[in-house]
Amino acid sequence: MSKQPKAVALISGGLDSMLAAQVVKDQGVHVEGINFFTGFCVEGHTHAIRQKDKDKAKRNNALWSAEQVGVKLHIVDISQEYVGVVTNPKHGYGQNLNPCLDCKSFMVAKAREWMEENGFDFIITGEVVGQRPKSQRRETFPVIADESGAGDLLLRPLCAKRFEPTLPEREGWVDREQLYDFSGRSRKPQMALAAHYGFEEYSQPAGGCCFLTDENFSRKLADLWQARGTKEYDLDDIMLLKMGRHIRPAPNYKLIIAREDGENRFMGGYRKRFHTVRDLDNPGPLALVQGEPSADDLETAARITARYGKGRSAEQVRAEITPPGGEAYVAEVAPMPPAQIAEDWHV
Amino acid sequence: MSDTAEDEFLDARSLLCPLPVIRTEERVNQLAPGTVLKVRASDPGVLHDIPSWCRVNGHEVLEAREDGDEQVVVLKVGADDDGAS
Repeated sequence: MSKQPKAVALISGGLDSMLAAQVVKDQGVHVEGINFFTGFCVEGHTHAIRQKDKDKAKRNNALWSAEQVGVKLHIVDISQEYVGVVTNPKHGYGQNLNPCLDCKSFMVAKAREWMEENGFDFIITGEVVGQRPKSQRRETFPVIADESGAGDLLLRPLCAKRFEPTLPEREGWVDREQLYDFSGRSRKPQMALAAHYGFEEYSQPAGGCCFLTDENFSRKLADLWQARGTKEYDLDDIMLLKMGRHIRPAPNYKLIIAREDGENRFMGGYRKRFHTVRDLDNPGPLALVQGEPSADDLETAARITARYGKGRSAEQVRAEITPPGGEAYVAEVAPMPPAQIAEDWHV
Repeated sequence: MSDTAEDEFLDARSLLCPLPVIRTEERVNQLAPGTVLKVRASDPGVLHDIPSWCRVNGHEVLEAREDGDEQVVVLKVGADDDGAS
């Protein structure tokens, strides 16, 4: 190849993908990063919403990584197409609802499409054989290469020497001798390489950056699917699963009760989509009621919501109940005593 | 601070990061170098993320500020080099 080779690097925001991009860039390859938005990324969402987190640093780790390496970064929204990966993973789920192998294959496939559309030559990932998550096993590496359609245009610079040379190595676009043979769960080789490059700060390892690896989040998503009778979701569902208390008193409806002012404001944006309930007499949370609640269910929802406000000890409060996009009405309700809120209502 | 005159406007309010960055990139990809784009958002994270995205992708940030409960970022689209953006 007479021109400068071009590689697209999957940048997660973690250390390994940052190192992989740097290693290949150091060889004179033109590298640009790509980061995929699935809706499940653990970035600033909850911080952005919650008032108490307003002073915490809000940094997009993928952008930060790209700045450290000095490469462009393209953040691509794949949330719509990603639904099929989450609801019907060919290789099943991990410990929670994390479809790690299908996810990796899908992302590499999207990177391959981007590579072809933009005239790039190969793909880089920060995968290290034997490391978490489980998609990084020796036997899964060829599955990812095959199912993504990337084949041997997929280069894993941090462990390339443990595998047969890929096309970029055979063609001399990169020097195999300057690649690495990392394996296993030890982070020491990566930390040494990070020190070599002067990367003093980096985020958590792969797998910890996805809500689907979180037990509590996965339980709420499974509850949503069960209540609907189908494994479907949209981006708003995912946002709402990240916030509030989720209480399901009956299969046909669930409350999402804001925990503080930031969540109150954010959830107020869903008034046209769901029933809302709040205590008119006392400061307290807004609650969304999802599902198909009856009039009695809405009164129960109002009683539960009042229990989480300042009027929790009052004998009666006036609750405002508003149908989706409709006219509000007021109901006199007694805040529900905590003992009556069954343990198994909490999702 | 007075508003910088813009050629294009993007309403990214009610979106949470990184969606404002994604919508900004999608819009910038359609604009000629030198075009001034104003983005209005409601996630404080955009004051970090959009300038960061501009730095790595070669666009100039003209303003990045709070405006009440919202945020405003004004950027000038950079020249398209050998990359894809």
